[in-house]
Amino acid sequence: MTSDKGRCPVLVLGMGNILLEDEGLGIRALEILRRDFEMPGGVELLDGGTTGMGLLDDISGRDHLLVLDAVQTGEPPGTLVVMRGDEVPVYFGIRVTPHQLGLADVLATLELSDEQPGSVSVLGMVPFSLEMALELSGPVRSRMGELVNLAVQELSDLGYAPRRKA
Amino acid sequence: MATRITVDPVTRIEGHLRIDCEVDNGKVTNAWSSGQMWRGIELILQGRDPRDAWVFTQRICGVCTTVHAIVSVRAVENALQLEVPVNAQYIRNMIVAAHAVHDHIVHFYHLSALDWVDVVSALQADPAATAKLASTLSDWPRNTVQELTAVKKRLQKLVESGQLGIFANGYWGHPAMKLPPEVNLLAAAHYLQALEYQRTANQIVSILGSKTPHIQNLAVGGVANPINLDSQSTLTLERLFHIKSLIDEIGDFVKQVYLPDIAAVGAFYADWTQYGAGVMNYLCVPEMPLDTIGNEFELPGGYITDGDLSTFQPISSFQDAFFEQGVAESSKHAWYEGSASLHPYEGETVPQYTDFEDDGKYSWVKAPTFNGQRAQVGPLANVLCMAAAGHEPTKRYLDTVINTASSLAGTQIPLSALHSTIGRHAARAVRCAVYYESLQNQWQLLMDNIGRGDYETFNRPTFMKGEQRGFGFHEAPRGTLSHWVVIRDGKIANYQAVVPSTWNAGPRDEADELGPYEASLLDNPIADPERPLEVIRTVHSFDPCLACAIHMVDGRQQEIIRVKAL
Repeated sequence: MTSDKGRCPVLVLGMGNILLEDEGLGIRALEILRRDFEMPGGVELLDGGTTGMGLLDDISGRDHLLVLDAVQTGEPPGTLVVMRGDEVPVYFGIRVTPHQLGLADVLATLELSDEQPGSVSVLGMVPFSLEMALELSGPVRSRMGELVNLAVQELSDLGYAPRRKA
Repeated sequence: MATRITVDPVTRIEGHLRIDCEVDNGKVTNAWSSGQMWRGIELILQGRDPRDAWVFTQRICGVCTTVHAIVSVRAVENALQLEVPVNAQYIRNMIVAAHAVHDHIVHFYHLSALDWVDVVSALQADPAATAKLASTLSDWPRNTVQELTAVKKRLQKLVESGQLGIFANGYWGHPAMKLPPEVNLLAAAHYLQALEYQRTANQIVSILGSKTPHIQNLAVGGVANPINLDSQSTLTLERLFHIKSLIDEIGDFVKQVYLPDIAAVGAFYADWTQYGAGVMNYLCVPEMPLDTIGNEFELPGGYITDGDLSTFQPISSFQDAFFEQGVAESSKHAWYEGSASLHPYEGETVPQYTDFEDDGKYSWVKAPTFNGQRAQVGPLANVLCMAAAGHEPTKRYLDTVINTASSLAGTQIPLSALHSTIGRHAARAVRCAVYYESLQNQWQLLMDNIGRGDYETFNRPTFMKGEQRGFGFHEAPRGTLSHWVVIRDGKIANYQAVVPSTWNAGPRDEADELGPYEASLLDNPIADPERPLEVIRTVHSFDPCLACAIHMVDGRQQEIIRVKAL
């Protein structure tokens, strides 16, 4: 039960609400990563749910933040979304969750103390349905493997290649 | 000329809240509070194992994860008449207290201070004069000319860059902003420092809860923190003393910064003690159970009628019939079927959406009542009830804040000034100090009990055939939270959550009485309908958090204000 946060240079952060069907796809992707892959040292996986300021400590001082989330881009449901660098602020304007105190505020707050992550990327998918349900919708579920592969590729490109469990 | 202001959504809160006000002659004459999201957690839980309910309920809200987890296990334990080892109570209590301290600091400094503090005005401040002023308020060692100069430079850089970042969308230069530049600079410095101390408080939750943001150590029947003073994978002496050092780090900030700051804001905005009272029936529940069944508590709770402390009626146990029988919810003005007030065990959640109808249904939040009356919940209710019950630390911190504010204002401020917008902020600071002291006490109680050789943390629940009903309550940072469960043959048959923001943000009730938000807005002054800062001040003073009251999805991030001539 020790907290080892702040030590790993890379944080993979699943965001979303698992009670609202596809809203939770970022968390579900994180669960698949945890179940099927061995993470190399230096990578921490965290289920952020829909929390905001509570994540300040977890996000502070990372070299890279990789966010997994449902993203509403206006494209058809199931479309995979990749945002890096300058595209990331756009993501904050189109988040599907109703949570005002979201990641955008946490990152803006970390800038006040120069503890913002060195770089941020967002991988996600356009949700199909946001009803009260614990399971993902069919269209989203069928593409979860691709989303997870994107995350594995992203980590490999950062120099932290996960290994698929036997 | 009368106008109607619609603020939708109210920002710097969790969830989606719409507020409508009619304004005439510069004053609010009517108000509506509308939750714009529907909640259906009750439906997800039906048919599930009661031991798992807390895992789901802590996902209702991104701010209140911990509180919905704790109250859920209390509800199921109550239904099963299951006792909880005192070590588990102490560990849960420490999580409750550390979470409250974290939450109150974040609410005041990061979510609502900008309603009162003009960050841009701080650029006009003289750091030396600010340090001198600060020394009259407290002995806080970080109120130095050096640190204040550095903060001023940092703000200057932000403003010059044109990227205000977290400070964007403030009501800078609004005529209702009244603090002198020096007080604004001091508050800005404490805003930055508060970021550090709320993190420390959160680390305590993280260690005891095995993880944040979603704690993992709870169980129906206790906690999953084995105590073994020698094993590294459990709660060891080393960890307990690490927690103690974290507790010690935050105490001075609460007492030497938060309390004096709130007294200063109260003194400079003394006019705001006249606005925002609203519903003056106050409800809170006792907190920090000290025995296995919940008959003894460190912090008292109860009910006050009409703002008169002598009417205080205690709520004294986890089995309290006065509380259990007093709660009902009406859907007459909410987008659900039916209109009669129903007890939570009988509660229904069947949506029936209409448009926004001023005299009909206009909110996804139901209207709760306590023995037929509207009641305000939250730190103000909590502090008034604890004071009425004679709780010494509450009275002590309350005196400190009122005396400091009185000496700054140059006039004796009466206790009745607390029934107001600014009073809710003052009460939150007092509650933060009370909960901080309780955090210290609960740590000591745990250490003493372990010292007596008691390592128990869990009693295994057993389920019976047939039906059991139970309720759990928790005095959460935003007020009284209760979960109500009906268990049939070991599965959940009905589950209702009556949350603090339902009490405060609810619409008109069965008798068409205004809810606390609505009533508190009446007679608020409005200097500029296009920039209704005064409405925001009163609503923010309740610390709204509606994600649990309701759900919906909306990408808008900007506060949108519509003004219509009537």
